[in-house]
Amino acid sequence: MRIAVPQLILRLAIVGVLVVLLQVSAITQIELFGTNADLVPLVIAAVGLLAGSVPGACFGFFVGLFLDLALVQTVGLSSLVYVGIGYGAGRFRELRDPQGALVPLAVGAAATALGTIGYSLMQFLLGVDAPVSFLLARDLLATILLNAIIATPVYAAVRRILLPALPEDPRRRRRRAYTTGGLSPLSRA
Amino acid sequence: MYDKTVRRRRAVLGLLVASSLILLTVYFGESAGGGLHSVQRGVLDVVSPVQEGASRALKPVRDLFGWAGDTLDAKGQLKDVRKERDNLRAELVETQAKLRDSAQLNGLDQLNRGPAGLSDNAPVRARVIAKDPNLWFDQVTIDKGSGSGIERNQAVVNGQGLVGRVTEVTGSTAIVTLITNHTTQIGAKVSDSGVQGLVGVEAGHPTDLVLDDLSSKDVVTRGQIVVTAGTTSKVDRFPSPYPRDIPIGRVTGVENLGTDDQKAHVAPFADLRGIDLVEVLTKRDEPGK
Repeated sequence: MRIAVPQLILRLAIVGVLVVLLQVSAITQIELFGTNADLVPLVIAAVGLLAGSVPGACFGFFVGLFLDLALVQTVGLSSLVYVGIGYGAGRFRELRDPQGALVPLAVGAAATALGTIGYSLMQFLLGVDAPVSFLLARDLLATILLNAIIATPVYAAVRRILLPALPEDPRRRRRRAYTTGGLSPLSRA
Repeated sequence: MYDKTVRRRRAVLGLLVASSLILLTVYFGESAGGGLHSVQRGVLDVVSPVQEGASRALKPVRDLFGWAGDTLDAKGQLKDVRKERDNLRAELVETQAKLRDSAQLNGLDQLNRGPAGLSDNAPVRARVIAKDPNLWFDQVTIDKGSGSGIERNQAVVNGQGLVGRVTEVTGSTAIVTLITNHTTQIGAKVSDSGVQGLVGVEAGHPTDLVLDDLSSKDVVTRGQIVVTAGTTSKVDRFPSPYPRDIPIGRVTGVENLGTDDQKAHVAPFADLRGIDLVEVLTKRDEPGK
């Protein structure tokens, strides 16, 4: 099994830079249902689901770092949150091997919830003096719902970009398992 | 092999988390001119032009979504604004009605306290509840009837002047025939000169009153005010239903001046199409008043 690691890293870097620029330059300025979509946790979760926990965590760390540097935020904060998202999505794939069509939606919603709530929690822990209002809770919920809606197409787009460089695409793996009778290394040999 | 993979995975995770925490700590610990802050500014310098370019390139997309969002918002706002407009319109109508009522009540009070002294005629205040819809417009229905002491042939006034007289009465309502009805004949006089005559309606001009029955010696000029004459006969069998000195209207012109056929056209003071509040004078003038 050959893993095109440099190619994967290159593609992940491109995806990371593009998603941050897109998020900062455009998405944050598009208001839907009174809130903005947040592509970053969706893309990190998609990378985790497609590439696994370690690539997911690394991708989350560097995207978070880039975001913090580009937005002149507290450096390390987004990285810490997004490491968890990428790692969690990757572990979910490694442990459960989810196959349902709604998996990207559910994982996207969970990643967004983890990202927004985790980031807010970290801000509060770091001493941001903001009241926990009904408005904040409503915005969090609206963002999670909006991200859940766009999670599937985002996952499809990320998968399309990463597919040639992925060590093992889950679908190809399942298709091969179906035709060869199982996931055993012996049957794949 | 498995253990090695797990250990490597955990090590990477621990390294990344530790790096994040170190970055956080260092960032908080250093001054604004520290290393991380400098890196941040450097990245910002590099990224800003890219961001600006991306922002410009993506402007049409933003505008498209913005347009869609604004349209949706506008639809929601339109609904709210329409509701607010309806409420304001209802309030405006209510306020205008109150203002109109207030003006009419003021007029009635002035009339009661004025030369006519109508407070002695036991006025009963009533509201117009129905109006004659036809072109001739010669009667209205009021919300007080015999239960409030109203009887036929009682005079009806509003804040501007004489309106008409009661011609039909039920327990709770009454029909008021307006002074523009063709059967109207009111004993009247010119306020300043005391010239007397009869006010009626000219055939074919239901809104134009005519002061008739004048002699050739009577001098009536444009602009003079015509008021009710009250009971002028000394015979009690023919009392006038209209107390004296109630304003009727103003002379607008005189025909056949200086002859026995001369007659004066009178524009009524009362806006008969706009009346809402009236007073029925339930008591006639005392004899000898």
